Amino acid sequence: MAVAVLNQRDYLIASIQSDLSDTEVLQLRDDLAERVGTLRARGLIIDVAALDVIDSFVARALRSIAVTARLRGAETVVVGIRPDVAIALVQFDLNLEPIRAALDVDEALEVLDRMALKDGARDV
Amino acid sequence: MSDEVRVQISSDEDLVAARAEARALADRLGFSRTDVTLIATAISEIARNIVVHVGEGEITMRPVYEELRHGLVVVARDEGLGIGDVSAALDSGYASRGGLGLGLPGARRLMDEFEVESARDKGTTITMTKWRVRDELERIRERRSRSASPPPSELNGR
Repeated sequence: MAVAVLNQRDYLIASIQSDLSDTEVLQLRDDLAERVGTLRARGLIIDVAALDVIDSFVARALRSIAVTARLRGAETVVVGIRPDVAIALVQFDLNLEPIRAALDVDEALEVLDRMALKDGARDV
Repeated sequence: MSDEVRVQISSDEDLVAARAEARALADRLGFSRTDVTLIATAISEIARNIVVHVGEGEITMRPVYEELRHGLVVVARDEGLGIGDVSAALDSGYASRGGLGLGLPGARRLMDEFEVESARDKGTTITMTKWRVRDELERIRERRSRSASPPPSELNGR
């Protein structure tokens, strides 16, 4: 699949490499839910810079990945939302709640580090 | 050579092609990067509606050249059962088949013009247009090059 997944410390980083079909998006969701558990990841970073369209389906899938990951003990940060894609999301009236977003992977790592410091026990 | 682009829609993989074709055409017509993305997103939504609700259909994209503006017209056709209540389907929150009910109203917000024609058992046709205003400079340049080659409006007959 056109997604590269690697882990760094106890974080999982999924970089989407090209536009994905709906089927591939759902595969990614299932795959990440699985890996968060097997790797005991505490954080999940999804890089969507290669996506030039985030429509309602992809937005819903990203939300569902984040909620699933949280139920498996990891927080999700989406990085690389392009400016034109951000404008489309707003105009579409889609939001990615409860997903956190950061500009790039470095910033996402900082966000996750801060979150890990803040809460030992997390709310679901 | 016709500028019209047709994409047959019968599986979710065709959405990838529809988005790519939409981008390429909108880009060629001089739309801003943001508008290109808005158009591709709207097309993705209505193409998915075809896949989810009907199974197959066709999306046609074509340019419209006017003196003061250029446009991209998208026509999505299917021969499904039709939408029972079009105005309800255009309301956010009207969800059928487990969707979020965001598809049509979302696509409408991304485009400048949006029209749905649907009749029971006769299928659905969605026509939507995005316009790009042409500034004075662009028109002056076109007039200057007119002697060298015919303008696109004469090539495309509309």
